[in-house]
Amino acid sequence: MSEPFPVDLKYSKEHEWVKVDGKTALVGITHHAQDQLGDVVYVELPPVGKEIKAMEEFGVVESVKSVSSLFCPVSGKVVEANSALNNSPQLVNDDPYGKGWIIKVEMGNPADTNALLSAADYKKLVEAK
Amino acid sequence: MLKRTPLYQAHLNLGAKMVPFAGWEMPVSYPAGIIAEHNAVRNSVGIFDIGHMGLIKIEGEEALALIQKAATNDASVLSVNQCQYSILCNEKGGTIDDILVYRLPMSYLIVCNASNTEKVLAWFKKQAGAFSPATASLYDNYCMLSVQGPKALNLVSSVLSAPLSDLKHNHTLWWRDIILSRTGYTGEDGIEMIVAKKEAAGIWDAVIKQGVQPCGLGARDTLRLEAGLPLYGHEYDEATTPLEAGYAWAVKFDKGDFIGREALFKEKAEGLRKKLVGLIPEGRAIPRETNKVVDRKGLSAGVITSGTFSPTLKRPIALAYLEGTGEGVNIEIRGNLVPAKIVAKTFYKR
Repeated sequence: MSEPFPVDLKYSKEHEWVKVDGKTALVGITHHAQDQLGDVVYVELPPVGKEIKAMEEFGVVESVKSVSSLFCPVSGKVVEANSALNNSPQLVNDDPYGKGWIIKVEMGNPADTNALLSAADYKKLVEAK
Repeated sequence: MLKRTPLYQAHLNLGAKMVPFAGWEMPVSYPAGIIAEHNAVRNSVGIFDIGHMGLIKIEGEEALALIQKAATNDASVLSVNQCQYSILCNEKGGTIDDILVYRLPMSYLIVCNASNTEKVLAWFKKQAGAFSPATASLYDNYCMLSVQGPKALNLVSSVLSAPLSDLKHNHTLWWRDIILSRTGYTGEDGIEMIVAKKEAAGIWDAVIKQGVQPCGLGARDTLRLEAGLPLYGHEYDEATTPLEAGYAWAVKFDKGDFIGREALFKEKAEGLRKKLVGLIPEGRAIPRETNKVVDRKGLSAGVITSGTFSPTLKRPIALAYLEGTGEGVNIEIRGNLVPAKIVAKTFYKR
């Protein structure tokens, strides 16, 4: 099992994570989210070039039992989508913070990340449930 | 307050995710996950807690007459220790529940869906007035476990030292106060056990100790869907007839009168309004219950009743009621029209 709350990431209350690298942000769903979903069998990815507003739905992740919306914690333009998920959606379960990343966004407003949770705060949110 | 089966603590100990289902707190999956649980049943063996299923005993000299009037199949052909699939219909032919009818030495036992137990009991009690003496009551001290998969018979034989090799499908064996029934809801061979509630945990633990995969409601749903088996509340409801669901073989018009007979006979003569089919969509998006189905001209053709990812076929599958026929339709999934092929509803046959 991977580390459930890596400290170098920012988190949304909707259980997405963001890894900031300059003006770009990598986005995925958290260990907790994939654990709650169970076996992920399909990830609907947005087209590259799509403009997204912060906390707007940008795709869906389907497990055997359910469909969940994906929300992008930052606004910007999708510059890459993880096409490996088309054939191997279970990467979201196996490696949620690594090979299971979902999109890469060129941030329109890097200050968006200030509204996100630290690893410690996100851990509190999950454990309060 | 949700009800709990005798295995509640055993599920927690195994790390199950518990969910509310039909008034019960039941395991939806274990740490292995739905796909691993599903594959264990297809390739080897798995065990399910089905203690939520309703058990209703029908007793008295007129018990058979009551069942013949209330259910569509012909229970008079059952010998002792045999069971059959049957359907309870209302006067319009709509489905009150789909059930298994067991003939025991001194009585009959009805196994019904958890969500319908109270309704089915009340229905039998209402009809029983005309068949004195015949009574319907909950078989309260018993519950069910299900062991399913190609290795299920060997496993149960060895754990209970029970002679199962000659047990035929839809037959039961009484063994140490346990009813062992060669039935299931997975499309695999298997044994369903009706056991005293106080014995259930001991049997469950003995099976788990053999390394058998515990399976939750999630895998139960993917397994039954691959096998094309209907689930009440999805493929069946009070506005849907067993003929539409594809169970004409369990409706015996020549056995004498039964509730719903006239309406079903008329529907058979006039033609079905809708028919349950299997759909295999293109791509990986999964059709879900209530998604609309349209024909190739864009006209309404029906609705999805169940959809999932098939672990065996490794692609989405769905059941739908369609009003017309044709080779292909489109399914509306999140605003997109996804082309789908119409197929027989048994996606998987062992």
